[in-house]
Amino acid sequence: MLHNSFHLSFHLALTVGRTATPEAVQFWILAPLAVTAALGILLVKKAVHSALLMAWVMVTLAIFYIAEDALFLGIVQIVVYTGAVMMLFLFILMLVGVDSSESFVENLKGQRIPSIVAAIGLGGLLISLLGRATVGAPAAGLGVANADGNVQGLAKLLFTQYVWAFEVVSALLITAALGAMVLAHSQKVRSPFAQRDLAIARFRKDSLGDAAGLPAPGVYARHNAVDVPALLPDGSPAPTSVSQTLRSRGDIITSAGFALEAIEEQED
Amino acid sequence: MDISNYLYLSVILFSIGALGVLVRRNAIVIFMCVELMLNAANLALVTFSRIHGNLDGQVASFFTMVVAACEVVVGLAIIVTIYRSRRSASVDDASLLKN
Repeated sequence: MLHNSFHLSFHLALTVGRTATPEAVQFWILAPLAVTAALGILLVKKAVHSALLMAWVMVTLAIFYIAEDALFLGIVQIVVYTGAVMMLFLFILMLVGVDSSESFVENLKGQRIPSIVAAIGLGGLLISLLGRATVGAPAAGLGVANADGNVQGLAKLLFTQYVWAFEVVSALLITAALGAMVLAHSQKVRSPFAQRDLAIARFRKDSLGDAAGLPAPGVYARHNAVDVPALLPDGSPAPTSVSQTLRSRGDIITSAGFALEAIEEQED
Repeated sequence: MDISNYLYLSVILFSIGALGVLVRRNAIVIFMCVELMLNAANLALVTFSRIHGNLDGQVASFFTMVVAACEVVVGLAIIVTIYRSRRSASVDDASLLKN
């Protein structure tokens, strides 16, 4: 009885707006991965890792578009988003510094919990609204609309009904390109530091400690990689010996493991 | 599988993006979260297009992509400009107008 009713409902469901099984399998594999990656964007500390997870979410969405009979948008998603936009993001990340891992200290006290509650509330609200509008509604499918091909169908709409929006968007693109050029352009306010300026700056400092240059990294005879701080005569690591870039990235190995044991004091 | 599952996925991604905008402090990550929200809206538009059986939703999604590309270009240029003057990509450090 139960089995029968299940079978009947399944059969009914198949006829009214349910998608075929391969798509369901694809959805249930990819959707959890997409949500996990999206949560990862929030949780990982380094911006570069966020960018990689973002690229994964975008590729997943491209697969969903193709599964939903939006072949053109799927390809555009890969080309524009994972290709151009994410590359731009990574480019800016490299320019602004890979050290842009942020502190997780709350500047606004107690802002995180209300934010999480607000996000869950927003999600619940949208789901209930969308559910009311769409659940159980039969999906018409794009078989008729895509009869001449997805690209042809889109082109027909884009160049007839939406041609004005299309032109406005092209104006927007040109404006954005000009705006980016204006914003990113910078006039040099000072000449770049030459060797002479650097030498003068070193000797005019409060201490002459690094007048002869900063110490070289690496613990000689034990480990001479650039990511290990050198050991000072008293056995403490010299943080200035490691390059600023590695320091701000946090890619430093502690040199304590390479220190020799203290020599017993000799009496004479 | 119910076709509205795509809509639920898009709502979940949209909420995660909104949460990211609220809790993260790095301007670039916040920007990526805005992109995530735009992408989630695109998924909803494509699904609506499929439910209604016409391509208008896909055209709207296409326009969203173009506007998102513009937004990324200008936004990243602003972030670079702020970074140049303040040596930081954190939104907490851009506080000159405070007080």
